[in-house]
Amino acid sequence: MADTIHDGDGVLLDVRNVTLQYKTREHLLTATYRVSFQVHAADRYVLLGPSGCGKSTLLKAVGGFLQPAEGEIFLGGKAVDRPGPERMMVFQEFDQLLPWRTVEQNVMFPLVNSGKLKGKAAQEKARHCIEQVKLGAFANRYPHQLSGGMKQRVAIARAMAMEPAILLMDEPFASLDALTRRTMQDELLQLWEGIRFTMLFVTHSIPEAIRVGSRILLLTPHPGQVRAELNSLPPHEQNSAGFAGLESKIDKLLFADNGNQEHQP
Amino acid sequence: MNNTHAGMSLYSRPEIYCTPSRSDGHAVVQKPLSVWNRLYGIAALRKAAILVLLALVWQAYAVQLHNELIFPTFSATIHALVNGILSGGLLLKAWTSIRVLLVGYALGILIATFLTALATVSRVGTDFLETLTAMFNPLPAIALLPLALIWFGLGEGSLVFVLIHSVLWAVSLNTHSGFMSVSPTLRMVGRNCGLTGFRYVYRILIPAAFPNILSGLKTGWAFAWRTLIAAELVFGVSSGSGGLGWFIYMSKNLLDIPSVFAGLFMVILIGLFVENVVFNTIERYTVRKWGMQLQ
Repeated sequence: MADTIHDGDGVLLDVRNVTLQYKTREHLLTATYRVSFQVHAADRYVLLGPSGCGKSTLLKAVGGFLQPAEGEIFLGGKAVDRPGPERMMVFQEFDQLLPWRTVEQNVMFPLVNSGKLKGKAAQEKARHCIEQVKLGAFANRYPHQLSGGMKQRVAIARAMAMEPAILLMDEPFASLDALTRRTMQDELLQLWEGIRFTMLFVTHSIPEAIRVGSRILLLTPHPGQVRAELNSLPPHEQNSAGFAGLESKIDKLLFADNGNQEHQP
Repeated sequence: MNNTHAGMSLYSRPEIYCTPSRSDGHAVVQKPLSVWNRLYGIAALRKAAILVLLALVWQAYAVQLHNELIFPTFSATIHALVNGILSGGLLLKAWTSIRVLLVGYALGILIATFLTALATVSRVGTDFLETLTAMFNPLPAIALLPLALIWFGLGEGSLVFVLIHSVLWAVSLNTHSGFMSVSPTLRMVGRNCGLTGFRYVYRILIPAAFPNILSGLKTGWAFAWRTLIAAELVFGVSSGSGGLGWFIYMSKNLLDIPSVFAGLFMVILIGLFVENVVFNTIERYTVRKWGMQLQ
């Protein structure tokens, strides 16, 4: 279902030597330094690293919300220079839903405003996507009447309704409680099984990266640099032995060589 | 105390498994509130009770004082109010005031929209609005009246001028600070959907800042209403008929104190109506429905 605009060699998103900087009041900070990676169509590509490794900043640059100081980002051979609806983003914050619109109107919002669909067609598409995230009974509720997990489901439905070339997810489950997070990870995988969309997923949790991702990019902090790019485990191979093995391997890569023990679980 | 035994039993008590039944068959765990509790829950009713109490205290004090020139009774005031409405054209005078007010209010909002738009699109516009607001917001509108009288003469022009001044700063200040406080996430959502320029302001900024905009409109209304009545008291007649302020002033000159009270009563009634009916209705269908009312 996702648009498959990609090069001959299957590369959809090409991030080349990207250095990202941002200014605070006193300093010019480098968030990432010469990061390169390639996302193929239907990848579940995870950016994993501790806080301060610039993974969210990197995602925002792919979203077109900030320009690299150095390097380039290409989506389907086309340079990314501004935000656009072919790169729909799901945020961590619950306030990403428009509080003045119902669930259905929220999902319709990008469809209508990007000019992709109109009126009845937009409504039908929205209904379908709301059903897919199992919120059919809540289509006419306002966001303040929903739980955190439901809000994130609406945000995912809203992004998926656009059938973007790539789905950008900025720690979408990080504000949820552990049980809801686990359910949401499984549901996201089920959705992916059905549609096989391409997604770029940011997280600081190693288990989440292994569960959600098909390929994992490890970033080290201050400034963010690539440490490794690994294959994850397919869902059916995530038995405890393989899972724990990969988990400790990632742990070592991220934390072992600098003797830093202050990592998150 | 047998410590070894307690340590053993920490992990060895029998485990329990249940299958939760469906909730359909359960007794309802709700019970209707009593009539008194339900009546007490209605804010309008509680407020009405307070009003009745105030009226009773007023009546009792005035009857005891027995001096209509200083403090007429509640019943005499109501009598004067009904008389004024039936014969003296009190409603017409109220309408004269409200009409001038609406003109000034609308023009004030229009200019506020323009200033805020300027402040939203450019840094210099922001500085311009902030400087002007800092200068003029503390200046009471009524203090500009003498100047307005020289510029626009004795009439509606001067009233509209001071009204604009009283509305403009409250509305633009609130709208602008509302725009500034729209969350970065919502801004990114708007730009992600490809919204730019006017459509971005209209679809994202205005609804997201609506609680602030509404509170600006309310403050602006209250300022304008007070300013208007005060201005009418100062120079009275505007275009022949005169408004509520003029009615109060003239009644005082005729030593018709119940009518003075009736005029003040009318001012209060209109204020209450706008606050509790007009703005309340807008709030109910917008910010309260969206769960984004300012606390």
